[in-house]
Amino acid sequence: MVGTTQYLVLGAVLFCIGVAGVFIRRNAIVVFMCIELMLSAVSLTFIALSRSQGSIDGQIFVFFIMTVAAAEAAVGLAIILSLYRRRQTINVDEFDLLKW
Amino acid sequence: MEQQLFWLWGGIAVISAVMMILKRNPVHSALCLVVVFVSLALLYVLLGAEFLAAVQVIVYAGAIMVLFLFVIMLLNLETEVRSQGLSRVAFKACSLAGTGLLLLLLLGGGAVKALRAMAPEQVSGVPGNTQAVAELLFTKYLLPFEVTSILLLAAIVGALVLAGKRD
Amino acid sequence: MGIETGTVMLSIIGPEVVLVLAALGIMMTDLFVKSDSEQPFLMWIGFVGMLGALAVSASFWGKEAAYGFYGMVVADNFSAFFTTLFLIAGGLTLLMSSGYVRAQGIAAGEYYTLTLFATTGMVLMAQSTDLIMLFLGLEVLSVSLYVLAGMAQDSTRSAESSLKYFMLGAFSTGFLLYGIALLYGACGSTRLADIGSVLAQKQILREPMLLAGMGLLLTGFGFKIAMAPFHRWAPDVYEGAPTPITGFMSVGVKAAAFAALLRVFAGSLAALSPHWKELLWIGSVLTMTIGNVAALRQTNIKRMLAYSSIAHAGYILIGVVAGGSAGTGAVLYYLLVYTLMNIGAFAVVITIEQKGEKNLNLSAYAGIGSRHLALGAAMAVFMFSLAGIPPFSGFMGKFYIFSAAVKEGYIGLTIIAVLNSLVSVYYYLRVTVMMFMQEPESGAEEAAVFFHPALAGVLLIAIFFTVQMGLFPSSYLQFAQDSIKMFL
Repeated sequence: MVGTTQYLVLGAVLFCIGVAGVFIRRNAIVVFMCIELMLSAVSLTFIALSRSQGSIDGQIFVFFIMTVAAAEAAVGLAIILSLYRRRQTINVDEFDLLKW
Repeated sequence: MEQQLFWLWGGIAVISAVMMILKRNPVHSALCLVVVFVSLALLYVLLGAEFLAAVQVIVYAGAIMVLFLFVIMLLNLETEVRSQGLSRVAFKACSLAGTGLLLLLLLGGGAVKALRAMAPEQVSGVPGNTQAVAELLFTKYLLPFEVTSILLLAAIVGALVLAGKRD
Repeated sequence: MGIETGTVMLSIIGPEVVLVLAALGIMMTDLFVKSDSEQPFLMWIGFVGMLGALAVSASFWGKEAAYGFYGMVVADNFSAFFTTLFLIAGGLTLLMSSGYVRAQGIAAGEYYTLTLFATTGMVLMAQSTDLIMLFLGLEVLSVSLYVLAGMAQDSTRSAESSLKYFMLGAFSTGFLLYGIALLYGACGSTRLADIGSVLAQKQILREPMLLAGMGLLLTGFGFKIAMAPFHRWAPDVYEGAPTPITGFMSVGVKAAAFAALLRVFAGSLAALSPHWKELLWIGSVLTMTIGNVAALRQTNIKRMLAYSSIAHAGYILIGVVAGGSAGTGAVLYYLLVYTLMNIGAFAVVITIEQKGEKNLNLSAYAGIGSRHLALGAAMAVFMFSLAGIPPFSGFMGKFYIFSAAVKEGYIGLTIIAVLNSLVSVYYYLRVTVMMFMQEPESGAEEAAVFFHPALAGVLLIAIFFTVQMGLFPSSYLQFAQDSIKMFL
């Protein structure tokens, strides 16, 4: 059996890749995909912890994370679409919004 | 067996995730993300969360990523796609990713069977993961479940007002 | 096999039910609204819904804490206090919006529906006793606001603001969730009470998973309250969003995040307080200093108010750090005071703003005070109060927070905060001086003032409470103190 720690490390690695992606990518849609990756990494963490606790409450949490991700995807893509319409630019890199 | 599967799928997930943030073309990134999601679903199976594995594939890899791809295509329609054509590379990537997914799924199915044979008892100790999830969802988590309906309604209203046609 | 759902006590989530019903009512009525002149009707449906929810939430006051839905939510004094605050903020926002929405050509039905949904999310956050409810309440709130921020028609700035808010909001949600996951791993539950009791029994609190979870959770909340160094989104978002929504965000979201912060940190994670208090101490100093210094050189009134709102979050954090009955009570009192004075300031901004984001520059305010005396006087009241000048309520708010901090021995923090308040006097007074003592630049057209009866109502209410809470603070402070008994 694979230890919980392994899954947690995998989750952490994926989360960090997602965070790195948010910082290095300038394309709004790809940045958003990186955020989705972060949420998925958290889901994996939840399910692994849920197994180690012997309860399935963690799995229920993942169910809600997926719902939230779906809602955010709908709204987020609508926002990107509406900004694209106003700016009339094809290249989403030009949004240039995530200046930290 | 579980160890090898963990390393296989975990490895695929990490590699595709890295590819996702390195690929310049957003379509490639999206396809890489689909691979991440599917391999995560397979890891969920390893962890005894079959229901969530199915939902992950259907909702995430299926619905959400299709929405992403749809928007990417919609936005790039005018320049990139038309001037260069949907590049051959993209087609190759699509077909490769598709084949990879199919293989992954087959492999996953086989592995589940193998796992079943090895360890017949459920990890969570309840008969049927889906049933257990449903029971919790409609008792202890009834209110959060209902609140998601408000969340989705707000999202629908919001998406419509932002992306819908204006007169 | 059927599933026994148990008894459902809808009364506990009464305020939410009323708000959602009102929102659905607006959506339905919107179908039959033909002309622009019928739009205010939608606003009044929402307003009546807010009043109804207020009545329901008032009935919770002073009773035993009632838990419902398998311990997911609670109706207690704390939630009643914050529900009242959110409904005041939401109700005043609706009133402010009525004329604005029409003048700016915003889709009214969706606008009011989403405002009500956002308020529902806030109330859920204040009532939740489980991290999962907290998370979902926050999402209902955030998703509605992402859209509201982008609803100003034909405005690229608004769309950009919406995208920025959305991206950073979703990003911070990731951190928040990871924090919740690690807490779940360390404590075995997402229920706040369980987490508290597990931590109380633990001998060693230095578990990496626990501390990492706490840190990530703090990062997530830090984004929501615009705590430095996670404040960078706020000025851009506040500038681009429709002005009533900016006002709503600056008070409502902030208060909701503080309600959650108090429930989670002061309530469940009290055992870890040495760790998070240290982080919040630093966060508070950074937040108020950056907010005030940056506000000094703003020329756009909305950006200035955005930085001012960041600075105020810094002051409020002092109360959280001080803790105890005095500190936490001061936080609640300050949030109430801040809600009214800041909404008032935004109401003045809306009055002066013209379609197409005109007249948001400070220079447009020159001479308005001498031409419209009442408006100038109102702005002066709010600016004095925000600056913390007696006898207005902002002064009493700061006074309670600083004295709580001194009592708990945070002398250094208090000194920094007092110096910060002194700095802030400059930019608040500058607005007033501009309005009364400067003449508009020659050649500039005279700024017309956008008058609307509902807006005047908001101004009157805000002025009344800003003055009254400053002159007679004791009953409001008592209200705040009664709301936090369960933390002590």
